[in-house]
Amino acid sequence: MSSDVLVIQTAEAAGRPWVEALHEWVTTVDHKRLGILYILYALVFLVVGGIEATIMRIQLIRPHNDFVSPQVFNRMFTMHGTTMIFFVAMPIMFGFANYLVPLMIGARDMAFPRLNAFSFWLTAFGGLLLYFSFLGGSGLYGAGNAPDVGWWAYAPLASRAFSPGHSSDYWTIALLASGFGSIGTSINIIATIISMRCPGMKLSRMPLLAWLNLVMSGMVLLAITPLSAAQLMLLVDRYLGGHFFDTQAGGSATLWMHFFWIFGHPEVYVLIIPCFAFASEIIPVFSRKPIFGYPVMVGATVCIAFVSMSVWAHHMFTIGMNSYANSFFTITTMAVGVPTGIKIFNWLGTMWGGKIQFKTPMLFCIGFLFQFLIAGLTGIMLASSPFDWQLSGSYFVVAHFHYVIVGGILFALFGAFYYWYPKITGRMLSEGLGRLHFWLFLIGFHVTFDLMHIPGLLGMPRRVYTYEPGRGWDTLNLLVTIGAFVQGIAILVFVANLVISYFKGAKAGNDPWDAWTLEWSVSSPPPAYNFASIPVVASRRPLWDLKHPEDPDSRYE
Amino acid sequence: MSAITVPISETPRAWTLPYRGKVGMACLIIAESAIFTIFVVAYLFYVGKSLTGPTPREVLETPIFYTICLLSSSLTIHFAGRLLERGRRGAFLLLWFLTIALGAVFLYGTAQEWHRLIYERGLTISTNLFGTTYYSLVGLHAFHVTAGLIMLSIVLLFGLAGRVGAEQSARVDVLSLYWHFVDAVWVVVFTVVYVLGR
Repeated sequence: MSSDVLVIQTAEAAGRPWVEALHEWVTTVDHKRLGILYILYALVFLVVGGIEATIMRIQLIRPHNDFVSPQVFNRMFTMHGTTMIFFVAMPIMFGFANYLVPLMIGARDMAFPRLNAFSFWLTAFGGLLLYFSFLGGSGLYGAGNAPDVGWWAYAPLASRAFSPGHSSDYWTIALLASGFGSIGTSINIIATIISMRCPGMKLSRMPLLAWLNLVMSGMVLLAITPLSAAQLMLLVDRYLGGHFFDTQAGGSATLWMHFFWIFGHPEVYVLIIPCFAFASEIIPVFSRKPIFGYPVMVGATVCIAFVSMSVWAHHMFTIGMNSYANSFFTITTMAVGVPTGIKIFNWLGTMWGGKIQFKTPMLFCIGFLFQFLIAGLTGIMLASSPFDWQLSGSYFVVAHFHYVIVGGILFALFGAFYYWYPKITGRMLSEGLGRLHFWLFLIGFHVTFDLMHIPGLLGMPRRVYTYEPGRGWDTLNLLVTIGAFVQGIAILVFVANLVISYFKGAKAGNDPWDAWTLEWSVSSPPPAYNFASIPVVASRRPLWDLKHPEDPDSRYE
Repeated sequence: MSAITVPISETPRAWTLPYRGKVGMACLIIAESAIFTIFVVAYLFYVGKSLTGPTPREVLETPIFYTICLLSSSLTIHFAGRLLERGRRGAFLLLWFLTIALGAVFLYGTAQEWHRLIYERGLTISTNLFGTTYYSLVGLHAFHVTAGLIMLSIVLLFGLAGRVGAEQSARVDVLSLYWHFVDAVWVVVFTVVYVLGR
């Protein structure tokens, strides 16, 4: 029935002038459309950030290369980091949360649809502002365009004296704007989950994706705000002559580091927790088993959120804190490994004894499991402060956090794309291209980031624009760059898959994966109102109950 | 073929969830608290670290009267909300107006203090660390008072136009939650700046 309704809508859409369609997208307050806007916007910036990474890798392909100048290299790593974290990872997580949370908890929209649109446009204009710095950053000073102070913008580098012109201001205001956008969306997600669940959807029956996004949003409220506060202080310093981070007037450069990392470390968990959420939805469906240890998964997530708020100074072991601080932050950082380990064992427990189907979403989730584990292990290594004194600021650290962000976050995200693309567009992504994407990306990823650990161990510092030959770094850097190109090709395959399948993909139907959560009960793509009548649920897997009335979950929960 | 609909087995007896406005405001308050915490930490971290004068002990005067004004506005807005709930719109508007007046008096107090500090004591935001931290912390709070006053005034205008009745009392309560937060923050700022910081 609802699919018929949908066909009529598409026919209408085809007959309308494109200006009208565009107007509809710009003024929309529908959570699904805003979710898609978030995701598309992030994909554009993913390509931009990827190009910046490629420029850096070409520069480092051999010693004494002069592909770009040192100044441009500085801008590239600053823009790459800032773009990937704030304008790719954050928006894409919010995009999926926006699209999926109301559908999964049986609501017709988010709690505050207009706040939702407002938050998206804040984030969007934040990104535009950051990139406008390429044009407007030098101001009247002729002082270089885009920000070049690193994505930490450590004091006093970001002060007026060392960063003339407006490049740092574009960075500050762009992050401030997108930060307020993130806070708005998080408030929205929490209010939606607390106040908009359909009848019967108790907290203990909520899909794990909703639970984990609830925890993630709570973390955003507490973690993004310190960054916003620190950005306000930086603006006071730069524009009103304040002295927060001005060491000449008694201010402290260390305070900026603390404020930045109070944001910076929880941020990693803000990004990885939604990926845990994707894995927790995808792995059970392709193992044909309910998730193993649901309450423990929720508990472990909340535990990670709490502990991760008190680990930030492990980014600062080399500044010379006292031994109590070093010990404290070493212990807390290692403690995060415990709930994370619980989660990994739970996913393995879900797969154990299941009828595993190796479809593309599952392949990416399995890649995520292995790589996230290795990323966690190098994390434990870096958590011990003496080891960190040796390797902080080296390529070992770069390899470690790219293992988390690419090997963990990006792999889980690709899994989510393959899993929910049929719901969002009504078409399946091609399995063949999907497998090609997976294997190419897997090989490229491992060539780049496995090998990148070694120059780090051999002493290659991060953020250098070139290096001397004969230190044992040459071949490794060449291979790392080749791996980066393989990843680039894999991304092109992915983009081609997204585009081709949109027009030529097999029709998905409501429920192509034989899944169990509410979003698969409506047509693909879902109608604007989501549910014709608000569903009532009696267990964690409402669609299982529907498909197996003789043996519903509600009997056991 | 029909779309799958989830069976309506048994409607749970009572399915009431918290009001979304209240949840949203509570989240905003959590986020704002984190912002204020960072500014408070910076203030406390820099107490006594200014390289030049003037110091807080030399120039600050405790604003007891204005503090009483702001804190009592929490009481007036609370009772205004209760009156609206019972549909007594005239009394509600009176107390609501009183809340705005008390908030405005407080803001006037801050303005006067700043005027005195700037023109008589020569303390600006760029004078020393004390100036930087003092003006940004107190200023951040004053900004929140101003934003609150604007929202309260909008409700007052709607009320005078006869558009605010008992059915809006849940929404009005969301706004008073914000106002209570602004008052609570002042208790912290007051303690930090005028008690601990001297």
